[in-house]
Amino acid sequence: MVTALFQVPLFQASPFVGYVYPNETIIPWSELIVIYPYLTGLVAGAFIVSSFYHVFGMQQFKPVARFALLTALAFMICVPAPLLLHLGHPERAFEAMITPHWSSAFAAFSYVASFYVVVLMLETWFAFRADFVASAGHNRGLRKLFYRILALDSDDVSERALGYDRRWARALAMIGIPAATLLHGYVGFVFGSLKSRQWWSSDLMPVIFLLSAVVSGIGLLIVLYIATSRIRRTPADETCLRALAQALWSFLIVVVVVEGLEYLTMFYRSEEGIQMIEALIRGPIRAGLTIQAAGSAIALILLTWLIVFRERGKTLVRGLAVAAVVVLIEVFAMRWNVVIGGQELSKTMRGLLVYAPPVLGRDGLVAAAGLLTVPFLLLWLFVRLFPPWEPAHRDAHVPRG
Amino acid sequence: MTKKTRPVDRRHVLRLIGAIAVYGATALQFLGGFAKRASGSVAAKASAAGSFPTASYDWTKHRWGFGVDATRCIGCLSCVTACKTENGVSMDPHHFRTWVERYVYLEGEERPRVDSQADAGDIAASSGSVDAYRFDDRDDRNVEKAFFVPKLCNHCANPPCVQVCPVGATFRTADGVVLIDQDYCIGCRYCVQACPYGSRSFNEALGVADKCTWCYHRITKGLKPACVEACPVGARIFGDLDDPQSDISQFIRVNRVNVLKPEMGTHPSVYYVGINRDVR
Repeated sequence: MVTALFQVPLFQASPFVGYVYPNETIIPWSELIVIYPYLTGLVAGAFIVSSFYHVFGMQQFKPVARFALLTALAFMICVPAPLLLHLGHPERAFEAMITPHWSSAFAAFSYVASFYVVVLMLETWFAFRADFVASAGHNRGLRKLFYRILALDSDDVSERALGYDRRWARALAMIGIPAATLLHGYVGFVFGSLKSRQWWSSDLMPVIFLLSAVVSGIGLLIVLYIATSRIRRTPADETCLRALAQALWSFLIVVVVVEGLEYLTMFYRSEEGIQMIEALIRGPIRAGLTIQAAGSAIALILLTWLIVFRERGKTLVRGLAVAAVVVLIEVFAMRWNVVIGGQELSKTMRGLLVYAPPVLGRDGLVAAAGLLTVPFLLLWLFVRLFPPWEPAHRDAHVPRG
Repeated sequence: MTKKTRPVDRRHVLRLIGAIAVYGATALQFLGGFAKRASGSVAAKASAAGSFPTASYDWTKHRWGFGVDATRCIGCLSCVTACKTENGVSMDPHHFRTWVERYVYLEGEERPRVDSQADAGDIAASSGSVDAYRFDDRDDRNVEKAFFVPKLCNHCANPPCVQVCPVGATFRTADGVVLIDQDYCIGCRYCVQACPYGSRSFNEALGVADKCTWCYHRITKGLKPACVEACPVGARIFGDLDDPQSDISQFIRVNRVNVLKPEMGTHPSVYYVGINRDVR
């Protein structure tokens, strides 16, 4: 009955063609490990956008700079969740930090990720400190206490103190750029460094992961900025949208070129096993690769059109929103094609497996969908607590009681 | 605006020195722990007299090796049954510490048809049994050539599985056996991914990785691995590489042996006789 419905088998074997090692019939890394690089990618991209303003002082990104910071933080907090959920012994996860085995890429993760989270939290704190002080001023009771604690009981918003905040936020953002790059480059290394799987083993893997990460993060920001502007009944800043479109366009071109070079090299070399790679592309990951390729093409065409014809107003907003959503889907497909696709190609180079994700259970689609929703809820909470929008917008449209 | 200069007094300096001393000592303690693990001095201590499960066994005095004579294997699967029984490996066709592959060259076909008794097609053709081989797709063609190849962990000298373990739960012993500390494994399955030979599986019931140990609990007591013991034709050879008179040393001496996927740079300790280039 109901309990039977939720009873999840201990493991799920995947069907295969050709010959695969018997142990390979259970795919070790499920879609949770697809979500993990996807989330870190979104973090890296969102952070880069906030740094365009905080580090390089690019004023056109100012309207989303602080929102981008909150987005990066909300998503980064959720990054370890899919990993923990996937572990056979999540309660032992901390061992990787206390007793790290340095030759493992995973051992570095906890350090790089923790360092990055700390940098991100500190930068957010400096970027929002003046708001904490203001919020502590015009709230009462528990809320007042909450903001006062966050402001460390300081009410110093003098020009000197604000300048100090800005300098620290900038310095931290500068540390954050290599940290975010390292974090995501490392994710690519996790896959690219394994010689056991031909589909993963590539020197370009960290670069491809990093670039597509930035693309997906910019895409996410565009979608969120347009959506929240709509919710706030505030027109999105057009200069900012155009700058985001240009950033997305430039990074997307580099991603497409580098990924194209990867495939070109692979097929040009045509090393042993290339027939199986062709079979993988024609078989298990055909749909995924089609989404990836078509998504990149559609987004590139749309963005080029928006930029070349200097579209404005509704056309710009709608075109950009579609391009950004397509990019988000396309990058997710790319993560799937790498993580799941790599495991669908047998180490025997003689067989192919077909992975069908389970619906229920720790590794199920329901859990995965939940994990993808949590960062959005967290971001909503952050935005409620720490409104990131420029005061001009806020005061003009949301009168305070 | 001119910058205010802060007077540096003795109290500041003393406080600074105190802080450095306290934090420094803590950091050193941490680093010491890391260094100890990294240098393997923890593992070395485990082999000290009296601490080893078998008191009389000294793991610095042996260097184990394994031989497979594929020309002898008859595909009876006694080794697989013996291994699963001895080590409590799940009986389903998805978890193996050792398995046997079959290479069949049909008349007029250039490439072999490879399968194992765990092959879904074979299982279906043998009415659900994983204890026998069947042909599910031979049709009426004649077999030109066929042979069996037993597979197991290669206990590599340069094991990629050990390299990727984030906590060092899997390690290579002084006597050359790759083991897993299942009380320490966090169950991330990175090692399962890293093994080029598909030798590792994941024990879902325990939430940890699983692999062939060459029956470490037996060999440290002077016994042979269960699969070697069970093989009726002597296709599996085991012994001490440091002892020139051991079965394995003689096997390597008299035969021209091969290892699997040498291009991976893993330096396997399982030596094969009677395989061809199609065996990977």
